[in-house]
Amino acid sequence: MLFPSRTNPAADATLTNLNRRQFLRLGGGIAALTALGGVLAACGAAATSAPSSGAASASAPASAAAPVAASAAASGGAGSGIKVGVLNSLSGTMAISEVAVKNASLMAISELNKAGGVMGQQLIPVVQDGASDWPTFAEKTKLLLQNDKVAAIFGCWTSASRKAVLPVVEQLNGLLYYPVQYEGLEESKNIFYIAAPPNQQIIPAVTYLLQKGLKSMYLLGSDYVFPRTANKVIKAQLKAEGGTTVAEDYTPLGNTDYSAVVSKIRASNPQVVFNTLNGDSNVAFFKQMKAAGFTAANMPVMSVSVAEVEVAGIGTDNFNGQLTAWNYFQSLPGSVNQQFVANYKGAYGANQVTDDPIEHAYAAVHLWAKTVEKAGSTAVDKVRAAANGISVDAPQGTITIDGPTQHIFQKAMIGQATPDGQFKVVWDSGDKPIAPDPYLKSYSWGASVTGS
Amino acid sequence: MISLILSGVFNGLSVASILLLISIGLAITFGLMDVINMAHGQFIMIGAYVAYMCGNVAATLFGSSGAGNAFVVALPASFFIAAAIGWLLERGLIRFLYKRPLDTLLATWGVGLIFQQAAKNIFGAPNVNVRVPGWLGGTLQLGTLLALSYARLFILGLAIVALLGVYAYLFRTSRGRLVRAVMQDRSMADCLGVRTERVDAFTFALGTGLAGLAGAALCLLGPVGPFIGIDYIVQAFMVVVLGGVGQLIGTVGAATAIGGLSSVFNLVYSVSIGEVIVFAAVIAFLQLRPAGFVRGRART
Repeated sequence: MLFPSRTNPAADATLTNLNRRQFLRLGGGIAALTALGGVLAACGAAATSAPSSGAASASAPASAAAPVAASAAASGGAGSGIKVGVLNSLSGTMAISEVAVKNASLMAISELNKAGGVMGQQLIPVVQDGASDWPTFAEKTKLLLQNDKVAAIFGCWTSASRKAVLPVVEQLNGLLYYPVQYEGLEESKNIFYIAAPPNQQIIPAVTYLLQKGLKSMYLLGSDYVFPRTANKVIKAQLKAEGGTTVAEDYTPLGNTDYSAVVSKIRASNPQVVFNTLNGDSNVAFFKQMKAAGFTAANMPVMSVSVAEVEVAGIGTDNFNGQLTAWNYFQSLPGSVNQQFVANYKGAYGANQVTDDPIEHAYAAVHLWAKTVEKAGSTAVDKVRAAANGISVDAPQGTITIDGPTQHIFQKAMIGQATPDGQFKVVWDSGDKPIAPDPYLKSYSWGASVTGS
Repeated sequence: MISLILSGVFNGLSVASILLLISIGLAITFGLMDVINMAHGQFIMIGAYVAYMCGNVAATLFGSSGAGNAFVVALPASFFIAAAIGWLLERGLIRFLYKRPLDTLLATWGVGLIFQQAAKNIFGAPNVNVRVPGWLGGTLQLGTLLALSYARLFILGLAIVALLGVYAYLFRTSRGRLVRAVMQDRSMADCLGVRTERVDAFTFALGTGLAGLAGAALCLLGPVGPFIGIDYIVQAFMVVVLGGVGQLIGTVGAATAIGGLSSVFNLVYSVSIGEVIVFAAVIAFLQLRPAGFVRGRART
């Protein structure tokens, strides 16, 4: 009974009886609305088109690339330039996170171009919008590889989008550089994982908590592949290393009611909550924890998907003192990072913050460029062959490509939230970077997770 | 165990009060006026951003220490601003679409998208943090294991106030009588000299104003960003349809039932499974009673 009672035959009559003046008024209203829409769209374009990089418009990759191409020609650069793809969701639900990653990739490309390009040739970014839709990611990948013949693609965020792109890059022998921490258990010869598998983020976080004496954990996550796989890893590790899983609890993506979860946490009284929630749910969860009297002092929460960008929305007073595990924080010392943060703010606005996926996306472009210089070619097979041992001084510190797994050597870090919305590093894995281990082969309990 | 049951009861009431707050405005625009207002969630968003702006303005004027208290001003402000935007929307668009409920669905969906994009351009895509008063941050401790948060108690109280206010307005004032008269039989009310156009605009503004109020209140517990409207719209429609379209008392019953059920299942199982069970229960109930809890008096 969605549309009850008022089905009136007079309705059609009203429509046909619209006199001329009413019709004009209606038309005027629609025109005004359309104009408003146009103005808003223009504002949108102004807001997203980044000041520095000459390519921000997703819908017009050709025009976006034009200024860069023109400058290449003007500087008398050799050859016609190298096209590279930047593929992220610039619209839809994931745009909130992925636009920043696209910006970071473009910033790195523009830096390389200013420094003379790669092998003496300017890079021409071709930006595509994955639109938060996984088949679209596959389609745009095909477009980038077949039409634009890009040398490499930088982008993706969700594991679902990466898994959609994977068969396409394998079939067409392309290259994807993927910048976001993920659940591991994957090695494609056409993907470079410039990101942390569980052994560079989640496992060190669990070890840290165990060493602090926080042995009973409440596992809370959003209900999809990453949290479920992560919790599988955590449970196996806790079992092997003397911790206990108090509960494993999932809420739908976008869920905003955590009353029952908070009650269950209170009733089961764990020593720490291990949080793999994603997106808006984090805001609701931390606000409602605080409202129920839980703070970092009496119920520490370790998060793996809350970075500087998200903290602002959660509210610094709701998040103060809580822990997160990453490979990069904006607050890290060192001139490379300070320069990076300053450049990013300069390009995209002083109120912007940098975080782990942004930094990895930036570093990925530099890793690729250095690999190409060494290979002397952008051909995929030559780049792959040259990749092992390629190393750059990224904002997070020195990172190095591991040829066999196509992941990177990097440090793991635990940060504690400070009142200004930044993080203070309370632990890191030391000067020797952790070797990537996406299939958990170096752990005695790893087989129980990978099922091999 | 006792405390878990008690906290379950409190959670149920709290969830019910949140559901009632987000759906009471829709019970008016959809229930009474038959406008399928898909922009309802975006009016909740507008209310939330008004609260955000109030906090920021107070912080610049009086310093950030006591700026949370601006929340007290934000509640009425969000109501009136959302109502004003609702009034403009009714005059500019909705009034051409009465008697064509399906067209209101498309039109308001489009308007909702415009609001969402506007919020994204003005405030940015990430969530923002709303300053809320410190005195709403604490908990009322009953025994060792039962802690009732002031924020949830406040929302519970606000939902009851809003409900009583709407009830008193519709059933105890002469203007409320006009609203009911127009919604029940427009042409007869017209014949008797009621200025139906004015009543329409006012009623729609009331509904959207209540959505704005809900948005400001939910800042205490939920995220504030351009996309929050989508999180709430499905729940709001579920409550209104389950309660029986056009029946305020049915809306209250439906909010309580869904709140109670989801509280139980979320405690016993996980929220993921709880949500599925609640949806299944709602569908099963509507199979048995398609008109919802309270059958409307259909006039044709």
